[in-house]
Amino acid sequence: MSNEYKELARQGLWKNNPGLVQLLGLCPLLAVTSTVTNALGLGLATLLVLIGSNITVSAIRQWVPKEIRIPIFVMIIAAFVTCVQLLMNAFTYGIYQSLGLFLPLIVTNCAIIGRAEAYASKNPVKQAGFDGLMMGTGFALVLLALGAIREVLGQGTLFDGANLLLGEWAAGLRVEVYNLDSQFLLAILPPGAFIAMGFLIAIKNVIDSKIAQAQPQPEEQNIERVRVNFDAQ
Amino acid sequence: MAFWIASSPHNHTQNETSALMRLVIYATLPGIFAQWYFFGWGNIIHIALAIFSAFVAEYTVLALRNKNIKKQLFDGSAILTAVLLGISLPALAPWWVSVIGAVFAIVVVKQLYGGLGHNPFNPAMAAYVMLLISFPVQMTLWQPPLSLMSMELTFSNTLSTIFTGFTAEGFSPDQLRTHIDGFTMATPLDTLKTGTTMGLTVSESLQSPVFGDYFGVGWEWINFGFLIGGLILIAKKAINWVTPASFLASLFICSLIAFLISPDSSASTMFHWFNGACMLGAFFILTDPVSGATSTRGRIVFAALAGLLVYLIRSFGGYPDAVAFAVLLCNMSAPLIDQYTRPRTYGHQSGTK
Repeated sequence: MSNEYKELARQGLWKNNPGLVQLLGLCPLLAVTSTVTNALGLGLATLLVLIGSNITVSAIRQWVPKEIRIPIFVMIIAAFVTCVQLLMNAFTYGIYQSLGLFLPLIVTNCAIIGRAEAYASKNPVKQAGFDGLMMGTGFALVLLALGAIREVLGQGTLFDGANLLLGEWAAGLRVEVYNLDSQFLLAILPPGAFIAMGFLIAIKNVIDSKIAQAQPQPEEQNIERVRVNFDAQ
Repeated sequence: MAFWIASSPHNHTQNETSALMRLVIYATLPGIFAQWYFFGWGNIIHIALAIFSAFVAEYTVLALRNKNIKKQLFDGSAILTAVLLGISLPALAPWWVSVIGAVFAIVVVKQLYGGLGHNPFNPAMAAYVMLLISFPVQMTLWQPPLSLMSMELTFSNTLSTIFTGFTAEGFSPDQLRTHIDGFTMATPLDTLKTGTTMGLTVSESLQSPVFGDYFGVGWEWINFGFLIGGLILIAKKAINWVTPASFLASLFICSLIAFLISPDSSASTMFHWFNGACMLGAFFILTDPVSGATSTRGRIVFAALAGLLVYLIRSFGGYPDAVAFAVLLCNMSAPLIDQYTRPRTYGHQSGTK
């Protein structure tokens, strides 16, 4: 793997993560992550749309007039979202219902149009597709982490309802971490999502600063200067 | 020999944070005593639990932040937050409610924003709202006053109810809340709200035994206790009289207007004053110097807004009492209020900027 692809992977998964650093697409990020299953469903949908739109935008980048590029990007993204929505409607109807409005709302997800504008419209198809894969994976991982935190705190389970997304075999994936008599409603409600998101960003920043501290510091030469300008006083 | 010449002011007051906090904690004692007298040991147990958890949480965060642990841990602010939280919890709520509440108040509401003096929200009230939203069942376990309960609630019974969910004889809080006549009792504000929703007039709702002779058995004395504590604080100059006066006046005017327009569907002014967390909010919560407005005019606006919100939420909102919600909403608007009520700087003409 060449250096460019490595850099793209690093940017998408960590350094320029759409969820944790760019803070794009917060609306679906906060709204549907109450369970891991929902988060996984939306993450996969976003990933597919992002790869498709990045490849298409990059492939037609020579013929798109600069003045009307945004409407064209939006139409491409909307086409892919419609495809994904119809596919999910056909094959994973349960998750399609529980995602509800947030599936078509992927069209307005700034993370996707942001990548189309910032990367795909200027780079060749292969890199653009890989960039879409990495950015989408980064976004899906944040969704998954948030979904896992909120599901464990809120209901004490993991992968509840995974059979809706992955088929009947996945019903056995459901893990009951601990049993609650009463749900911790804050974790399931949107304010809990904001708080959990804040904690995730804080953890990322802590890790980043730990890494920065571990790097060898370039030694600075101390130059002592003597002030000789007596007139100023 | 060196003379250390300090700049003015040369007379210092010895008022440190810890002394002020201690005074405020002492001032809550009359109200806590009334709570103990009418509702038993529950709130005192919750206050103790909250203080313990707040201490542990504060110590952990201060250690993580490399702060001066000894000075900041014992400045009394964590204890005061825990006391206020413990007072506002239902007496029979399970133990983890006060533990989660105190930890949330200290770690998230106070320390994550930078510690004492930097928190935009009142920690005790933010934690209370968090608990109320997260655990609606446990947070509405208000018991009727002891005199109306069919079973005796001793200290050991309260303790075992809080920790195991059942009394020593195996009664659940729901059974404890049942009146001799076999119906579950709620707080006066809740009973009135339910009654009005069902189409009863206020005077018909007031026939329920929770109201007693005046505004609610026990509740009037609890509020009276906090009123006395608040007056002590004002006399000691620990809080400014403007905030509670403005809050109570605003609530009085709102409820008076409603009462004059439609006495059948709105409670009297004094009912609003002496029920729920009214006096606690007026004297102990809204006067928080950190999360409130700063100038005198700002405090008047701030507290009047709180009074209006309390009235509106109590009358038209989904929850029976509203002090915590009103305080949080006012905390949010405090910077804006401060912006528009800046006092005139000395030497500048009024009217020009």
